Amino acid sequence: MSDMDMEDDGSGVVKKFMFLNRKAPHGTVYALEGLEVVLITAAFDQDVSLVFTDDGVYQLMKGIDTKGIEVKDFSKTYRALEGYDIEKLYVDRASMDARGLTEDDLIVDVTVMSDDEMKNLMAEQDVVISF
Amino acid sequence: MPMVNIAGKEVEVDEEGYLVDLSQWNEDIAKYMAVEEKVDLTENHWEVVNFLREYYAEYQIAPAVRVLTKAIGKKLGPEKGNNKYLYELFPYGPAKQACKIAGLPKPTGCI
Amino acid sequence: MLHIVNKSASERSSLDSCLKLASKGSAVLLIEDAVYAATKGNAAAAKIQAAQADLKIYALGPDLAARGMAGRTLDGVNVVDYGGFVDLVAEHSNCQSWL
Repeated sequence: MSDMDMEDDGSGVVKKFMFLNRKAPHGTVYALEGLEVVLITAAFDQDVSLVFTDDGVYQLMKGIDTKGIEVKDFSKTYRALEGYDIEKLYVDRASMDARGLTEDDLIVDVTVMSDDEMKNLMAEQDVVISF
Repeated sequence: MPMVNIAGKEVEVDEEGYLVDLSQWNEDIAKYMAVEEKVDLTENHWEVVNFLREYYAEYQIAPAVRVLTKAIGKKLGPEKGNNKYLYELFPYGPAKQACKIAGLPKPTGCI
Repeated sequence: MLHIVNKSASERSSLDSCLKLASKGSAVLLIEDAVYAATKGNAAAAKIQAAQADLKIYALGPDLAARGMAGRTLDGVNVVDYGGFVDLVAEHSNCQSWL
């Protein structure tokens, strides 16, 4: 295709999509690949939630400097998600606590959830995609 | 990957003609890419190209056209933040052509 | 012996196994996702602190920085750069990577 957008023709059903991010940013390629899929999915105007749990919360760390390991710093890209109308970002309290992190350590605004809240959010999804 | 000579400098581009190392970008390269894309660069074109470079510096991605349109509207006003205006400047796709001229990779989600 | 661990302690058991089997006086170098274990507030921090009695713990600086973890390492953990990595390998007669 060209870079025309997918226009909503009115017939499309909006589904609830959850992207579940559970990996630290650079040790594997999951975090970066997951982010690319999210950006592509944004064109389809679905109801997207992004969850960062377990080591996935590390993806959102402030102050990342990748010059020393010579890879792209894609942590800045999470800040672009708002412009892609992806505004539902969640982390869970337990994962943050187990890593000594608070919301102030993160590069974007997130909603911090309890395990029960996260469980309910997951249960109401049509599609969950795991990275 | 192919090498091209731009203003006496060897520059590497990918198979679609996008600049490989964006730190090499300069105005000569932009002008070369514009000729390749058959775009006559005016002030209005430069405004979009520079906007894209700033966007990339801030977010490390080239925006999808929908996002670009919205962001341009916010920064440069609604008369510029619309598809008609951007497609007049870059008839073969603002994201694709303007990104190439700006030395950025092809936007994510632009298949 | 120099032990090198590169996997996150919250995903794999390699750090646990390494700390269990490394003999007194050995050095443990944490690289890539393993560096998180040596940061303040991490669930693995107590293990690292306990291990410091018998082992020298190192963490690779560029990997810490790339994860936003520069300046968050536990007291007593030695942060080394790539040159320091090479020195550690050269100083020890043998070296084991925990995959």
